[in-house]
Amino acid sequence: MKKIYENATEALADLLHDNMLIAAGGFGLCGIPELLLQAIKDHGAKDLTFASNNAGVDDFGIGILLQTKQVKKMISSYVGENAEFMRQYLSGELELEFTPQGTLAERMRAAGCGIPGFYTKTGVGTLIAEGKQHKDFNGETFIMEEGLFADLSIIKAWKADATGNLIFRKAARNFNPPAAMCGKICVAEVEEIVPTGSFDPDHIHLPGIYVNRIIQGDHEKRIEQRTTRPAA
Amino acid sequence: MAWDRNQMAARAAQELKDGMYVNLGIGIPTLVSNYIPDGITVTLQSENGMLGMGPFPIEGEEDADLINAGKQTITELPQTAYFDSATSFGMIRGGKIAMAILGAMEVAENGDLANWMIPGKLVKGMGGAMDLVAGVGHVVVVMDHTNKHGDSKVLAACTLPLTGKSVVNRIITNLGVLDVVEGGLKIIEIADGVTEADLRAATKATIV
Repeated sequence: MKKIYENATEALADLLHDNMLIAAGGFGLCGIPELLLQAIKDHGAKDLTFASNNAGVDDFGIGILLQTKQVKKMISSYVGENAEFMRQYLSGELELEFTPQGTLAERMRAAGCGIPGFYTKTGVGTLIAEGKQHKDFNGETFIMEEGLFADLSIIKAWKADATGNLIFRKAARNFNPPAAMCGKICVAEVEEIVPTGSFDPDHIHLPGIYVNRIIQGDHEKRIEQRTTRPAA
Repeated sequence: MAWDRNQMAARAAQELKDGMYVNLGIGIPTLVSNYIPDGITVTLQSENGMLGMGPFPIEGEEDADLINAGKQTITELPQTAYFDSATSFGMIRGGKIAMAILGAMEVAENGDLANWMIPGKLVKGMGGAMDLVAGVGHVVVVMDHTNKHGDSKVLAACTLPLTGKSVVNRIITNLGVLDVVEGGLKIIEIADGVTEADLRAATKATIV
């Protein structure tokens, strides 16, 4: 079992093709698979659909793939921080499927668990409920949302062992586990690969069954909004 | 003279009870954490995947892996727990968060809430707002009573696309506090220096 690859380019080389649906982990710029996104840019695969909570900023995250016009469609809950995104969206070059944040996370998790659809109260009576199946349970109305089955998952974790067991760090876990679960194949980039056996098995956040390939690299880990308080 | 932003936040903080797990939205709701009454412990949820949100870090201690739902750098507390976003919205959808305090563009007398899009203007997305208002049992809106044109944001029916239908329980504005009840809105409290006539005149909804 070989899961460790030399770099992002090598890990993705035989996986990328035009028109694929890619689920990406991360929230804002926190915990995004920045090395794998750069490798997708270098590869040049186009007409991609990304399921990702956000679309990065102009020059970082998924934003770099918007600049090269490799993205056909975004499935996201919030895209406010990206001017190029807005330009392409308003000019009709880019499709956008707004999905509430929790519904997006659950669509990924559900697909990873083999669940093709589920009912939620989120969005009932709003624009996003239009055209969706409604069903009442115990006097309350729910809408059906579908599992999001991706061709490829790209995620970022803090540490991996050689078998793909992952540990995340602080709030950088966010969408990474559900995004990892929903793809046919998952590539994870990490800050450090440790020898198998160095993790306490009770402390593993995502078991290696969900992780097919791993790369280690240096991360910029850009901060989107630096907020501080005065030192006491 | 009506309440200012901080007074509205302080009033909203009076809603908190010991032991509550609470989600605070962006803007005035964020200020609520400055006014948590003494002797009360509330745990703040950040819906990207954290319970036990601490204050902003001091300069030099910012951590790119530690941000809140507004993407601001924050800190952790001794009781902090991290989890993934599916688990985070699972606890929201599952009714485990006792209260959400959030901002709004419009609220209607039946509890309808609009706070995510203005047709024809740039739409940034709903983020987690639709999930929060649908899943959290008690939703408190904190906002100015009127918009910058002086038009009421408390209406008989929302004009903007909804974030949630019949989801708001209490509205705290610069003019006072209103509850969504059977048949319309009920005045609970009037801000200092505001008369009931002022509050009624600024409200384009049924007051019962």
